[in-house]
Amino acid sequence: MKQKIAIAILALVALCALLAPVIAPYDYSRQFRDTPHATASSQFLMGTDDLGRDRLSRLIYATRVSILLAPAAALVSVMLALLLSGFTSLTTLCLSLPWIFLFIILRALMPLNTRPLESILLTFALMGVAGWAWPARIFGASIEQMKQSGWLLQARASGIGSRRIALVHVWPHLRAIAWAQLRVLVPAYILSEASLGLIGLGVAEPLPSWGNLLAELQRPEAVHSNPWVLAPLGLLMIVMICLEQVAP
Amino acid sequence: MKRLALLLALSTTAFGAELRFSISADPKTFDPLHVLDDHSETIRYLTAGVLVRINRVTEKVEPQLAESFKLSPDGRAITFHLRPNLKFSDGTPLNANDVARTMKTALDPKQASPKGDTLRSEKGDPEVQVTSPLDITIRYPAPKPDFERLFDALSIVPAKIEKIPASAGPFYVADYKSGEYVRLARNPNYFMRPALDSIRIDIQPNHDIEVTRFLRGELDLINQVDPTNFDRIPGARSFGPSLDSEFLWFNQAPSATVPAWKRKWFTSTAFRQAISESIHRDDIARIVYRGHAHPAAGPVSPANKFWFNAALKPLAFDAQSASKALASDGFKLDHGVLKDRDGHAVEFSIITNAGNRTREAMAAIIQDDLSKIGIKVNIVTLDFDSLIERIAKTAQYEACLLGFTSVEINPTEQMNVWLSTGANHAWWPREKTPATPWEARIDQLEIAMASDPSRAMRKKALDELQRIVVEQAPIIYLVNPDYLAAISPRVHGAQPVASPPQILWNVESLRLE
Repeated sequence: MKQKIAIAILALVALCALLAPVIAPYDYSRQFRDTPHATASSQFLMGTDDLGRDRLSRLIYATRVSILLAPAAALVSVMLALLLSGFTSLTTLCLSLPWIFLFIILRALMPLNTRPLESILLTFALMGVAGWAWPARIFGASIEQMKQSGWLLQARASGIGSRRIALVHVWPHLRAIAWAQLRVLVPAYILSEASLGLIGLGVAEPLPSWGNLLAELQRPEAVHSNPWVLAPLGLLMIVMICLEQVAP
Repeated sequence: MKRLALLLALSTTAFGAELRFSISADPKTFDPLHVLDDHSETIRYLTAGVLVRINRVTEKVEPQLAESFKLSPDGRAITFHLRPNLKFSDGTPLNANDVARTMKTALDPKQASPKGDTLRSEKGDPEVQVTSPLDITIRYPAPKPDFERLFDALSIVPAKIEKIPASAGPFYVADYKSGEYVRLARNPNYFMRPALDSIRIDIQPNHDIEVTRFLRGELDLINQVDPTNFDRIPGARSFGPSLDSEFLWFNQAPSATVPAWKRKWFTSTAFRQAISESIHRDDIARIVYRGHAHPAAGPVSPANKFWFNAALKPLAFDAQSASKALASDGFKLDHGVLKDRDGHAVEFSIITNAGNRTREAMAAIIQDDLSKIGIKVNIVTLDFDSLIERIAKTAQYEACLLGFTSVEINPTEQMNVWLSTGANHAWWPREKTPATPWEARIDQLEIAMASDPSRAMRKKALDELQRIVVEQAPIIYLVNPDYLAAISPRVHGAQPVASPPQILWNVESLRLE
């Protein structure tokens, strides 16, 4: 039952994100300059931000950006981690790389007139590619443990091929870890995207994302004056709890 | 009864009390001759033993370590007569030889002291002559306008400059814990006795926490309040426009990354004027600064009452005039997209420093305003080092949104910004020769101002410079933020001013109840 509710909620969130241009009351970039920092009202159900932009519309559009791209990037990381977990030295090397400097170099190489959508696609793609080493370390440790297990030795002794062992016997064990890693990486990537804004990557104005909406929480007075500032955090938590429920 | 009242009054005025405030980062140096960052400058000011001090309220130069000073009639020399029995905080005597040595150290090219740069003149370094232990004459090869004011920023240093040097000022650095605090204690050897016994300067990078601590009574003042925090602080006050300004400029320097057709736009006065007229400065002041800023009229803030050209008025939003200017330069609207005479859609990027909420919001307003005349703007936020690298070295940018925190009341000190060969000549640093007649005229005015001893003539020249800058718009001035500060009611004697160090300028007179 819980799983069904979770699936329904996730489907609803995904539908809202996909139908953003239809259901959002306003364009996400429209500035109502006479009503900045407005509290919730019948005109603006969640109030407006510092520039008078409708918070609800921005949340709907941000969901569209984040709910598609963050899980996609996390999936890329987990898949790469599964493929490369056997290469321990490579994993260690990647873990020790100063990624932030590589991101800064990348920003320097990117043209300044990169459109917001291109920038965010590139950012999530990079996070997906750069983030594989952490789950790979966990997969590697788990595989090492399995290698010592009695059931694996027995399977080998019985003459079962490596491919069959991997797919039929090892994968069911790794699946749960992969799922857990996905759940860890999705919010991590959403928050990292906001941090990457500091070096000119991530989501540029006026495009909203959960990351840049969550960045508003750094200002306590914003929460105090309009509690709807917490809405992106609430939505993120709901989505993460639902993902937990639909886990196999 | 009268005696009791007197005792009560004395007990509420805390001699030996400690003033507490915070700065957002560690000072980078305690060496007064090598100060570059704001936090080090705050410590330098509070510990500085200077020959003269500019009274920030009256703007007059007042004697400090020097009991008196005299300018020569030709405007080239100044003679200081020091107070007798001066000492550094460690008890070492201070005399004219210490002043001469400080001058020599500051002017030594090997020291690369920023204080030395301001003391030099176009015609060469000044000559320093000690005539007695209490008398010293400093002579320039050519007249240097207002040069007596420069000694407000020159702290007299001891013979041996330690990591934390002895001070000749009202306070000395008594304790420093990196990332935690700097504690200043009253200098017992200073020629006058400040009311405060000590000052504790906490290092607190988070402004929201700074506000919370002030509200709890743990801090006595906030020297600069962010406009977004202003309403949270009961008793926070606005002191009108500050000397600071926020502005936008286009990269006119030849650059590999700016296509030729875009450079053509950026070097067009009509284009720059149209951009300037299309920006709602009122909205930036009202929305971004929450009403705590004023639309800028030009390069000098109205807070700088003497040097501001009062004939200039803030540029109002005027879409019609902007369209007319663009049309005159061959631009036309095509299905809502502005195109130049060769059919290129007008699109450019604005870089600004990441993490600065007000600039990011300003950029979003400009982006929205310019979209209404068919211009697409891409906002790129960069870390400060990358930003400086692009604007000062590689010229890999199209437009930049930044601000200027003015320290000097005398804007003629901004020569490196306006002179075409200047390193900080924002739109085209270090031009070999002025690219336009108006830039050549600005050069002439700057050179005249650098040597003309007449304040009235310099004012006239600066008025013309301001007018040219507004007409040609090489830098598009947006707003002058207000100076906002918060002072606890237990602090007395404060006379906050718009120029740094704002509340702290008369620290000797501050006292606590």
